[in-house]
Amino acid sequence: MEYSLKACDLCYSYSEEGKEQSLVLDHINLTVTPGEYVAVLGHNGSGKSTFAKHCNGILLPCGGTVYVGGMDTQDEKLIYEIRRLCGMVFQNPDNQIVATMVEEDVAFGPENLGLPHDELRARVDYALKAVGMYEYRNHAPHLLSGGQKQRIAIAGVIAMRPRTIVFDEATAMLDPIGRREVLSTICKLNREENITMVCITHHMEEAAEADRIVVFDHGTIALDGTPEEIFAQVETLRSLGLAVPQTVELLHALNKHGLSLPLDRLDPISCAEAIYSAIN
Amino acid sequence: MLNDITLGQYFPGNSLLHRLDPRAKLILSLVYIVTLFLCSGPISFAIMAGLLTVAVILSQIPFFVILKSLRPILILLLITTIFNLFYMQEGTVLLQLWILRITDYGLYNAFFLILRIVLLITGTFVMLTYTTSPIMLTDAIESLLSPLKKFHVPVHELSMMMSIALRFIPTLIQETNKILSAQKSRGANFDSGSLFARARALVPVLVPLFVSAFRRAEELAVAMESRCYRGGSGRTRLRVLKFKKCDYCVLIVSLTVIILAVIARYTISFGMLP
Repeated sequence: MEYSLKACDLCYSYSEEGKEQSLVLDHINLTVTPGEYVAVLGHNGSGKSTFAKHCNGILLPCGGTVYVGGMDTQDEKLIYEIRRLCGMVFQNPDNQIVATMVEEDVAFGPENLGLPHDELRARVDYALKAVGMYEYRNHAPHLLSGGQKQRIAIAGVIAMRPRTIVFDEATAMLDPIGRREVLSTICKLNREENITMVCITHHMEEAAEADRIVVFDHGTIALDGTPEEIFAQVETLRSLGLAVPQTVELLHALNKHGLSLPLDRLDPISCAEAIYSAIN
Repeated sequence: MLNDITLGQYFPGNSLLHRLDPRAKLILSLVYIVTLFLCSGPISFAIMAGLLTVAVILSQIPFFVILKSLRPILILLLITTIFNLFYMQEGTVLLQLWILRITDYGLYNAFFLILRIVLLITGTFVMLTYTTSPIMLTDAIESLLSPLKKFHVPVHELSMMMSIALRFIPTLIQETNKILSAQKSRGANFDSGSLFARARALVPVLVPLFVSAFRRAEELAVAMESRCYRGGSGRTRLRVLKFKKCDYCVLIVSLTVIILAVIARYTISFGMLP
């Protein structure tokens, strides 16, 4: 089967001296197919960020293997090709912007690839247009909003022409408007450019927009399925320390009072429709 | 408290001097500084002053901004003037006050020394700091130092460090303000007490600032690695410095003028002057 990201029996532990080693990632098996939009959920310390750092060889497995587009991340010769194919966007927008001007920051990745000047120019313009930040190309990044900074960071990844982008809680430090901006950019790039998206997040509303949800718990994969399947398991999710979208919460509460509503309504409108038809 | 720190002294604009290749400006400034110390006598100074005037007009920087650049050196000027006036005892006595004596020679010397310092400061400000953004300056330094790469001097790394430092100055200033407010809201006092007490009050600001700076550095390193950073080798640049026709013209014209000033100093003599 074709895949853009595959973890086989992946194990990892942060080695600390004098401490009993516990596995942060415990025999993870996960395959992400090209063009998929996967949300990764899990409470703090469940290993989801550690997993993200394995996707482009920032961390290397203690056991098992991670493949990116057919390449093993432990192969030192391929590491830059892997990092080009699988970009990463991190949580803090300030700490991933390198240059003092927007377009130069977007150019940072392609510059590292050693591309010729005309190609650099074309890629930077293309990437900035793709995230809707073209008119800000000559601005200083520290004067932009959080959402704009994250879009710049996404543009910096896009300019390397990746097949997969991993977002490590990229919306966690943003206000609702900024989060909206980033999310719609992610959705657009997933649909139009067919880039595989792996979004690590705490926000259930964000996860609801994905094609697939993977829930991490204590270094293992607890649940894996479509948002509708996952969020219907309200009690299981609660026992894993996770909340469910507010619509599901409402439907679940109504069901407790004797109604039999479907739980797979993740947006307010379809939820309202379900309740309305049940009342009539 | 920290809002009035401007990044360098850059005065944004789009004049000929702003658009000039930063390497040309850097070379020109260096030659200009050296020449000022070679200069003596009215003619060579007049030529240099003329060059500076042209530069000021071309830079389109308001006159009061240039005057402001001289304010920090007023005391220096004052002290050098006094010492030159009273320590030079040769020449014709113009004024005798008790044991203090002002001679025409001393007056002459003091005047040219002031002129030299003023030309030096305004010249470098107009040609370099006011018209060149710090990042352009970093690029120019990297480009001019690049021959040193042959001797294993880490030129690319140094300039990368400089540009990242410049990038994080505003971020760290914001962070400092945040920590200051946080400590103030817990009752910290930064504004009163002796100098020592005030310095000590800053420790609870500096410690979290350093901790967070290290954390930022670590995250930035991971982010840079994720974007395939592997040092300077094989790296290309989006912004390439290019010597244009006008860069050559300006450089040739100003260097000619400067050479004239040096020639004037060695050929035309004014009797009593050194």
